[in-house]
Amino acid sequence: MRVVTIISVLLLSMVMAAHAAAEKELQVGFVYVSPIGDAGYSYAHDKGRQAVEGMDGVKTSYVESVKEGPDSERVILNMARKGYDLIFATSFGYMDPMLKVARQFPKTVFMHCAGFKKADNMGNYFGRMYQARYLSGMVAGAMSKSNILGYVAAFPIPEVIRGINAFTLGAQAVNPEVSVRVVWTKTWYDPATEKEAAKSLLDVGADVIAQHQDSPGPQEAAQEKGVYSIGYNSDMSGFAPKAHLTAAIWNWGPYYSEIVRQVQDGSWKAEAAWRGMDAGIVELAPFGPMVPKQLQDQVRAKQEEIVSGAFHVFSGPIKDQQGAVKIPAGSMATDQEMLGMTWFVQGVVGTTE
Amino acid sequence: MPRFRIIKRQERLGWRSCFIFLAAILLSLLFSGVMLALRGTPPLEGILILFKGAFGSRWAIEDSLIKAIPIFLCSLGVAMAFRLQIWNIGAEGQFALGAIGATWMALSFPELPQLVLLPLMVGMACVAGGCWGLIPAILRQRLGTNEIIVTLMMNYIAILLLDYLVYGVWKDPTSFGFPMTAEFVPQAIVGKIGSSGVNWGILHCLLLGILFWVFVTFTRTGFELRASGDSVRAARYAGIPYSGLVVLVMVISGALAGWAGFLEASATINRLQPSIMVGYGYTAIVVAWLARLHPLNIAVTSLLLAGLRVGVENLQLDLQVPAAFGGILEGLILMTVLAGGFFVHYRIVSVRQP
Repeated sequence: MRVVTIISVLLLSMVMAAHAAAEKELQVGFVYVSPIGDAGYSYAHDKGRQAVEGMDGVKTSYVESVKEGPDSERVILNMARKGYDLIFATSFGYMDPMLKVARQFPKTVFMHCAGFKKADNMGNYFGRMYQARYLSGMVAGAMSKSNILGYVAAFPIPEVIRGINAFTLGAQAVNPEVSVRVVWTKTWYDPATEKEAAKSLLDVGADVIAQHQDSPGPQEAAQEKGVYSIGYNSDMSGFAPKAHLTAAIWNWGPYYSEIVRQVQDGSWKAEAAWRGMDAGIVELAPFGPMVPKQLQDQVRAKQEEIVSGAFHVFSGPIKDQQGAVKIPAGSMATDQEMLGMTWFVQGVVGTTE
Repeated sequence: MPRFRIIKRQERLGWRSCFIFLAAILLSLLFSGVMLALRGTPPLEGILILFKGAFGSRWAIEDSLIKAIPIFLCSLGVAMAFRLQIWNIGAEGQFALGAIGATWMALSFPELPQLVLLPLMVGMACVAGGCWGLIPAILRQRLGTNEIIVTLMMNYIAILLLDYLVYGVWKDPTSFGFPMTAEFVPQAIVGKIGSSGVNWGILHCLLLGILFWVFVTFTRTGFELRASGDSVRAARYAGIPYSGLVVLVMVISGALAGWAGFLEASATINRLQPSIMVGYGYTAIVVAWLARLHPLNIAVTSLLLAGLRVGVENLQLDLQVPAAFGGILEGLILMTVLAGGFFVHYRIVSVRQP
């Protein structure tokens, strides 16, 4: 009995000590929608968190697998109550819950990813993933022999639709014959479902599988069938080395570090940030060895154009699936139009519902 | 050398069986502590943080209470059907239909005063959830289908229907194409009690729980329900209208889950969106079993399980324990408590060999 008492006292004092030391540091909390071991979306955000953790005077923590809705409100609220100074919520569904909490804690800085609402102490941010999608589409379109590309997609929301459209436009730019078939899984993270969805695409003749999903399931399906794949979120080549052509990936480290610095020196202001490849938030993973040098150069050249602003992915003329001109020649989609995109471009096989 | 033998208890344990329950929980916590220690987290501190996050402060208790509300109502409904040995696995779908019914009213009559609109929402939620329970009941009695399969399958239909509505006709035009209805008008929202964070849904739970208890314990139908649950054949022989009971029980079961859907949409999310579905309907089954179908036990178990889920978030935040730990702990508790149920009826005695 005495041993137990001694141990508990020791443990308690350790807790107290750790608490006292942490007091002057900037506490940064992250809320993730899936487990950080998913090798995907939350994994990418967590790498950003690790970059922040390495900064001076910063302490970070996170809660993973937080369901969108009431659960997320409680998690964010709990962080705010515990005195976290800066909270990143990294999924669209956290928007309204975060806004509710932000109103109650005016001194805490809130950052919401992938949404559109703002407050004095709440900013929103996202990356122009469609730029990398376009480039990965070029690779897929050029590597396809059947001219059918498969796309395993989570939910028919603008972010995903925009990515599919950009991917299709990129593929069409190098291969006008190509069509993109879309399957909705209605889940962000479910390795088995995603893999099955990829197999259904392989069965209709797709020979490159792309994905807007958080697990490498579709990559594995492609490798097993002996065809190619395009990853998402992080470099997924480790899961399917023979299939993985490249991936459209997130690189949050620099952006998160910048925001933390701004909060530290008091220069932070709520804004709606939508940064692209020029800011390094969005990247293309290294090419697999099967991608010909010439194609690599072509894609890299296009990337330069995107970074310099010489090329815009959604520049007209762009038609929808019915053939109606949505973006006329000579103009390009505004940010508002892209953020609310609910229609597919010509060449996509599937519905947005 | 002592040998052990299992013998049946001569007298019922009664209230003392709660010690077995407590011992089971302690055992599962011990296992969890070992697991925490194995991954290098101080186990005592871990369990302490878990409890602090669940019940350690006013906020924590409020959070746990809020989370317990939908679990409790769904579980009450499920327990009602289980009493009759009707295996309603469809609380999830009935919950979805309830949320849909309530939202329908909220979106259709936003100009009504709160005193009219809220009862209308509750009514429609119960009707919609009840109908979702009625269909498998009728199929079972008329066509002899298995209610486990039908209720389970109807969950998917319900969730797809919800998706169809929020991605389609009910989508808020100002939401940039994201799937959600417009926020409810203030009259359609169940408010919070005073300055606390807990909504009036907790009072609904209390009233419905008491009604449930009175119905099962003191009414004739309640008696028939318990009798038929013990033996269908005996009940039929005694002239109890078994088919009618099945239908009644499934409708009540669905209506209670629907009520939970109404509260979740109105009080906590203030709109309908796909993320309203987080599996309370399935949690309800676990809770009903752990609680042995008794309303008071269901209340306690819902609160404990809700607290566990809330507390694990705290554990994650402070010690960075993976989210999966919560699931493991939940599974351990279910396992030890169900295994502990054995000792309610049996005991182990040591016998000395001559």
